[in-house]
Amino acid sequence: MANIIEMTGLNKAFDAFQVLHDVNLSIAKGEVVVIIGASGSGKSTLIRCINGLEQLDSGAIEVDGLTLLPAAKGRRQASGALQDIRREVGMVFQQFNLFPHKTVLENVTLAPIKVRKWDQAKAETTARRLLERVGLVDHIQKYPSQLSGGQQQRVAIARSLAMEPRVMLFDEPTSALDPEMVGEVLEVMRGLAREGMTMVIVTHEMGFAREVADRVVYIDQGRILEVGTAAEIFDAPREERTKLFLSRVLKH
Amino acid sequence: MFADLKAWSPELLTGIRLTVGMTFGSMAIALALGLALALGRISLNAWIRTPVIAFVELIRGSPLLLQLFYIYYVLPALGLRLTPIQAGLLGLGVNYAAYLSEVFRAGIAAVGSGQREASESLGMSPSQTMRHIILPQAWRIVIPPTGNYFISLFKDTALVSTISIAELMFQGQLIASDTFRYTEIYSIIFVIYVAISVPASAGVRWLERYFNRSGQRR
Repeated sequence: MANIIEMTGLNKAFDAFQVLHDVNLSIAKGEVVVIIGASGSGKSTLIRCINGLEQLDSGAIEVDGLTLLPAAKGRRQASGALQDIRREVGMVFQQFNLFPHKTVLENVTLAPIKVRKWDQAKAETTARRLLERVGLVDHIQKYPSQLSGGQQQRVAIARSLAMEPRVMLFDEPTSALDPEMVGEVLEVMRGLAREGMTMVIVTHEMGFAREVADRVVYIDQGRILEVGTAAEIFDAPREERTKLFLSRVLKH
Repeated sequence: MFADLKAWSPELLTGIRLTVGMTFGSMAIALALGLALALGRISLNAWIRTPVIAFVELIRGSPLLLQLFYIYYVLPALGLRLTPIQAGLLGLGVNYAAYLSEVFRAGIAAVGSGQREASESLGMSPSQTMRHIILPQAWRIVIPPTGNYFISLFKDTALVSTISIAELMFQGQLIASDTFRYTEIYSIIFVIYVAISVPASAGVRWLERYFNRSGQRR
């Protein structure tokens, strides 16, 4: 299988604090990769580098043939290259980040109309199909504040999918949800994984990780410590730190 | 006093028309220029940002009356001759633009960074993000302070009487110097200003409620 994401020698610091140390990771087309690690280990930063929300200090990321390089000192990445990558990479955030001044339908149709230049009819047809799929087609005229957290996150997933991305990034998609709403969001993600979407997921839901992940990446203090299948990582971790982390998160 | 009111009403009506016209005209300039200055203020390009900051500080650091005099009496010496109305609109508009730019900048900053990230993650350009995501939300935030500046601008139009614009205050002064009936005329002018600005304040509060209705907040 061809790799759709190729990260080589990634380094990233916030001021004096080195968040990512020489990270190398390749992700194949159709693969579901789950990144686990303690808070502050750099897993969110890593996933945010993939669509350029964080800039690299050194190294390179190639996504679907497009390359992100470190921007020159003190400058932002040229926005053209960034937009090209972001069109192909969907992102789902911990805090949903739906547009509060737009209805559910408008949230989902906005980017396809403005970025993909679809006409209204095509964008709406696609949006209805996607909202149907995440079980929210009855709510299309509501505003985000009228929905529960789980519903908002499902809209956010539909909004990303409307751009027909090649890759979907999930940055702790269930961490801000009440426990009873976690299941409905994971169910949507499970469906995507079954259909062969390439997914990179940062999560604390270990049961879900074990179930959907083709590979699990354990990151510790900004370094990738261990990569393997779910069975390898969860049942037979090689590294002491991985064992320690798993014993902490799986205990309860 | 009512007989006076009747006798003076043509002049007073002319004055009211000019005062209201100056208010709306200079507010339009202030809104457009204020937004441009706010965007310049947050530009990543220092060649845009620095002059904008300097300009805003220059305007906010000097009296409006001096700015009006400068535009009306000094600019002609530099080759820019304006009619009193043009000078008044420009002076009030630029002065209020400087203050509004700070209001707009704060409003834009108050829209969470998650909104920008979500929009740009969908492939929207920075300017599309500004137009479709940030500004519509910032607009709701800035309505109350912008409304207050609007009322304040209405009252500050009295200053343009000093550059011979025959607005309400100017008409009052004319009538006073003709008739020496200071009590009557200035009381009438007082009442007219209040009779316009109090309902206008109520209108601003109504706008604020109107834009915040229907649960469009997170």
